[in-house]
Amino acid sequence: MDNSETPRTLPRYSATFDPHTLAEIRRAAATGIYDIRGGGTKRALPHFDDLLFLGASVSRYPLEGYREKCATDVWLGTRFAKKPLHLKIPITIAGMSFGALSGQAKEALGRGASIAGTSTTTGDGGMTPEERGQSQHLVYQYLPSRYGMNPDDLRKADAIEVVIGQGAKPGGGGMLLGQKISDRVAQMRTLPMGIDQRSACRHPDWTGPDDLEIKIEELREITDWEKPIYVKVGATRPYYDVALAVKSGADVVVLDGMQGGTAATQDVFIEHVGIPILAAIRPAVQALQDMGLHRKVQLIVSGGIRNGADVAKALALGADAVAIGTAALVALGDNDPRYQAEYEALGSSAGAYDDWHEGRDPAGITTQDPLLAARLDPVMAGRRLANYLAVMTLEAQTIARACGKSHLHNLEPEDLVALTIEAAAMARVPLAGTDWIPGAKF
Amino acid sequence: MPEVDLARSTRRELNAALHALLPETNETHWLVRNPGGQHALAAGINAPVTVEIDGHAGYYCAGMNQQANVIINGNAGVGVAENMMSGMVHVKGDASQAAGATAHGGLLVIDGNASARCGISMKGVDIVVKGSIGPMSAFMAQAGNLVVLGDAGEALGDSLYETRIFVRGQVKSLGADCTQKEMRPEHLEILAALLAQAGVEDSVTPEQFKRYGSARQLYNFHVDNASAY
Repeated sequence: MDNSETPRTLPRYSATFDPHTLAEIRRAAATGIYDIRGGGTKRALPHFDDLLFLGASVSRYPLEGYREKCATDVWLGTRFAKKPLHLKIPITIAGMSFGALSGQAKEALGRGASIAGTSTTTGDGGMTPEERGQSQHLVYQYLPSRYGMNPDDLRKADAIEVVIGQGAKPGGGGMLLGQKISDRVAQMRTLPMGIDQRSACRHPDWTGPDDLEIKIEELREITDWEKPIYVKVGATRPYYDVALAVKSGADVVVLDGMQGGTAATQDVFIEHVGIPILAAIRPAVQALQDMGLHRKVQLIVSGGIRNGADVAKALALGADAVAIGTAALVALGDNDPRYQAEYEALGSSAGAYDDWHEGRDPAGITTQDPLLAARLDPVMAGRRLANYLAVMTLEAQTIARACGKSHLHNLEPEDLVALTIEAAAMARVPLAGTDWIPGAKF
Repeated sequence: MPEVDLARSTRRELNAALHALLPETNETHWLVRNPGGQHALAAGINAPVTVEIDGHAGYYCAGMNQQANVIINGNAGVGVAENMMSGMVHVKGDASQAAGATAHGGLLVIDGNASARCGISMKGVDIVVKGSIGPMSAFMAQAGNLVVLGDAGEALGDSLYETRIFVRGQVKSLGADCTQKEMRPEHLEILAALLAQAGVEDSVTPEQFKRYGSARQLYNFHVDNASAY
């Protein structure tokens, strides 16, 4: 019998055991090591794209684009600090370490942020002179490892960020693999060269919010109550974490969703721990409102902020400012298609490259290799970042004016609707075309 | 000699006065009365002065100290001399947890006992404890010397980097990657100097100690060591 004309069942891949999953099982079986990578979660999540603004119409009137003022400035640290930060735009640069990034990349971040009138942030491993020199507003991270931590740099900082956790790995410590522990990085961290640098997941000299309050007091005493003190948390239980951070004396709370990047962490951690920033903002704002401190203790949110619409939506949900990390690196030149051949040689592709821990970044950003790092011109890269920040700001202003707002902070949840039930429930705004907020208590 | 009575002055006034000191100050010896266990006393000093605290101190006494000689005539709370850079802190009584945590330099002397996590993440400081230390001491300790005249609690030196640990008494257990090491002449020399600085050279000899350090097996990840992480 001739079967050539009989329709055949096509090969069918399992949705559960998809090609990526199969490859990971094979890789794990071959190596015995979990996958480590940089960046944030790569899975599809409810995000700001699931929200839309209701522009002005008959019931509201808009502001004239480019003519009527829409202010963008933000004060951070007005609760207790003698010298709060006044930034021109509500888009800050998130903490990224020298070690994870090259010295040139850190300098570029400082240059770009300074042109835009905003702040940049150190990371694990301390403050470099390049970064301090080029940053008009520099936030100094106070991390569990205390690598490179010293009171002279603390006093040079414009604000201090006590890092409890980050969105990519709430509850996890840091990791910088031996390949990136160059002489200078090792010296700054008081470690032998070439070893894996492990950072603890908890601070060494305090546990819990009661101790944190005393730690914040100490930092204030050492810096004579001048510096704003931020507390950064990864988004997990935002209502309680924000409430406890505020109770502990924070001037500013930084809330990082699971889209926020990391220099290097287990993929399983990045993809399965923490919640999206969309789900975290409203509970955080609720905590501040319940304490009577919304807008008095400022809220900075981060994790997947990409454009002015994201900025406007985050602010409309109640944040005072946002922070960008991954997007800032892309603006500098990370994952640039012009290095496609080199990404392919590393087994990756432009746009997908996340082996930042290996230190072989063709774009010269997530590396300590002097030849690769020299590819990044800090002046030009800083200019690109400044351009990008300007575009984001203009975009956010465009939306705010359309909603009739004379300041980005005048955006409010009432300006938003959601495209999906999930986003409506998480952002606590109505599903578009309805007055239904799933999960709302009436 | 300037005296600050914390029953009448505030901690802020004390610390602000100490921070305002210039290197060439003539006010080189301060006495602090009625500390009342307040936190962050004498924290953040950066001047070559002596500050004597006449009583018990709370958390983070002499935190991030630079140059100063801080003497506590009593007990010290959590994190005494945390992140000290230089100078000397001398606790005449006992110290709570995390004494000398992350400290980069200087000398911390504790006449009594120190609780858990003494010398955690220490980065170059020298610590001499005349009594015993609690569990998980010198966890992830990176550099410097921890000298214990008494005993050490469980999991001493867990995930240790390059700190040298010298214990005269018993060690309840060693943490992951911490091992006993040979005491060579250079170690006896370091130890003798530290015992002299702590003022116990007449009653204690370096030969009475055992040395512990990193086995360096966890310095680069290997799957066969996964159970140690």
